[in-house]
Amino acid sequence: MLLAKRATRERAGTRFSVWLLASFALLITAVLVGTMIGPAGPQWWRVPLELLNRLPLVTIDSGVSTDQWNIVWQIRAPRVVLAAIVGAMLSVAGASYQGVFRNPLVDPYLLGVAAGAGLGATLVFTLQRQSTESWLIDPLPLAAFGGALVAVFFTYLIGNAFNKSRSNTTLVLAGVAVTSLATAIQTFILQRNNDVVRQVYSWILGRLSSATWGDVRLILPYVSLSCIVLLMHRRLLDVLRVGDDEAIALGTNIRRVRFVVVLAATLGTAAAVAVSGLIGFVGIIVPHAVRLLAGASYRRVLPLSILLGAAFLVAADIPSRVLADPAETPIGVVTAFFGAPFFLLLLRTRKTQT
Amino acid sequence: MSTLGFCDLTISYDGVCAVNGFNDILHSGEWLCLIGPNGAGKSSVLRAAAGLINYSGSVAIDQKEIPATSARWRAQNIAFVPQTPLMPDDMSVVEYVLLGRNPYIKHFASESKHDLEVVEKILHRLDLEQFSNRMVGTLSGGERQRAVIARALAQEAPVLLLDEPTAALDIGHQQQALELVDKLRREQGLTVVSAMHDLTLAGLYADRLVLMHQGSCVASGDAKSVLRSETLAEFYGVSARVHHETDGTVVVIPQRVNSN
Repeated sequence: MLLAKRATRERAGTRFSVWLLASFALLITAVLVGTMIGPAGPQWWRVPLELLNRLPLVTIDSGVSTDQWNIVWQIRAPRVVLAAIVGAMLSVAGASYQGVFRNPLVDPYLLGVAAGAGLGATLVFTLQRQSTESWLIDPLPLAAFGGALVAVFFTYLIGNAFNKSRSNTTLVLAGVAVTSLATAIQTFILQRNNDVVRQVYSWILGRLSSATWGDVRLILPYVSLSCIVLLMHRRLLDVLRVGDDEAIALGTNIRRVRFVVVLAATLGTAAAVAVSGLIGFVGIIVPHAVRLLAGASYRRVLPLSILLGAAFLVAADIPSRVLADPAETPIGVVTAFFGAPFFLLLLRTRKTQT
Repeated sequence: MSTLGFCDLTISYDGVCAVNGFNDILHSGEWLCLIGPNGAGKSSVLRAAAGLINYSGSVAIDQKEIPATSARWRAQNIAFVPQTPLMPDDMSVVEYVLLGRNPYIKHFASESKHDLEVVEKILHRLDLEQFSNRMVGTLSGGERQRAVIARALAQEAPVLLLDEPTAALDIGHQQQALELVDKLRREQGLTVVSAMHDLTLAGLYADRLVLMHQGSCVASGDAKSVLRSETLAEFYGVSARVHHETDGTVVVIPQRVNSN
């Protein structure tokens, strides 16, 4: 019997590793296609040749000029890599939030990250954006990051101050309150400064177009740290699925688990939002797609969300630069465009629960 | 092995008293059954012992006060089966029962071979092997109840708290579940506290019954002394006949009030 069960466990394990490999392959494909396609630059089929040429010990004449290579390497590549990082972060943060709040409709912006970042960005835009361009560091990501963290900090503070019982509803409601407050302030500022509405609006819809390797370097430490911490909690998130009381009775310190998971997810999300603006839907649809495909255990959902989230955002970024060429379609529009129908599909076939 | 003691246990929710000065002491292998009408405070006593609510007075296992212990220690020593467990539909039975090993697994580690073997044995014991890879959501009521008990047993705790373990079960599965608990406490010296509504079954399996009413203990002792028709009429407001079988079993039979 032990053997039989081991066999079935192994089978489940095999299925998971198949999914893992498939997601990884999908990510690689998306990254390759992402670097091949775009306005300007070399013909698409020359890019992989040139990439091979750049490998040590390989020499291929790809016919890509230095200028063209610069477009690929300095403009497209950071954009693709940033999309992958942001997509992975938003997805794994969404999955983790859904886990700790046991609510399938929660996204990583739940506790005020989005509104806080939006307010921070709005402040920078209104404080004469032009005059800051000579600054040593770009204040925009810093302000967005800071705004996001401050908003979530207030949410936690309010949530705990008014929370007599140990339920997490208060925290969610505090998030709603903080979000409304920050949005109200933001709207008020925008009303008084009509000239920046367009800039703020385009930031809110998400943008990867101005991505640089500097952005990648800026957020990579936060995102890596956050992903590692979240992945370490994957088994505990499964324990939380039986509800607060039973998780406590099973020996889990749920307050600590929830705090650490929320902190890690928020830190990573704030970093992602700081450079990419508000990209919606990724944090909801990717984890749900993973659940439908590979099952709802967080041991599978978290790693697969990282890979598929990265692949999804890299893929979504391709139409966003090609659709309205030479103008950009905001990536938030593309993800929402695919996100909305997916939601309907989900409602029809929803068999999973967090 | 383990002694579970309640001393002047008092619980109130927002100023409303739910349990008022509950006292009892249980030794290893004993089965205490809490009976009483809805809202009498039975579940509150169990939840206090599981460390889920605040209380005044004392609840202790081997002289260790519950609030002073870590959640992990409690889970290694007390297994709690709530009245309506929250069971994720798309979790397999093995995964679900493995949750019971949580108190033995380090924070960020995963299950060891030993954990798997323990679960294996329990599944075998509860006749759940053939379901081990079924999703919890596809099980029948009786199978679900067995899976919950299996999870509690995987905790390998000397104290077992059962809140209405048989409420959702048919008469056959009720007997099966209670026989199982009875066997385990005899073999392994489990200390069992259960809250039950079926008085006949309660009297049949428990060593002692405690009748609670509005938070207070109003009668306690063996089935014969607690299950009396006057007592039941007073605290449940029920009209029932109490029948004593020759083998000592006490049977509670409800009567029709208006028999025309």
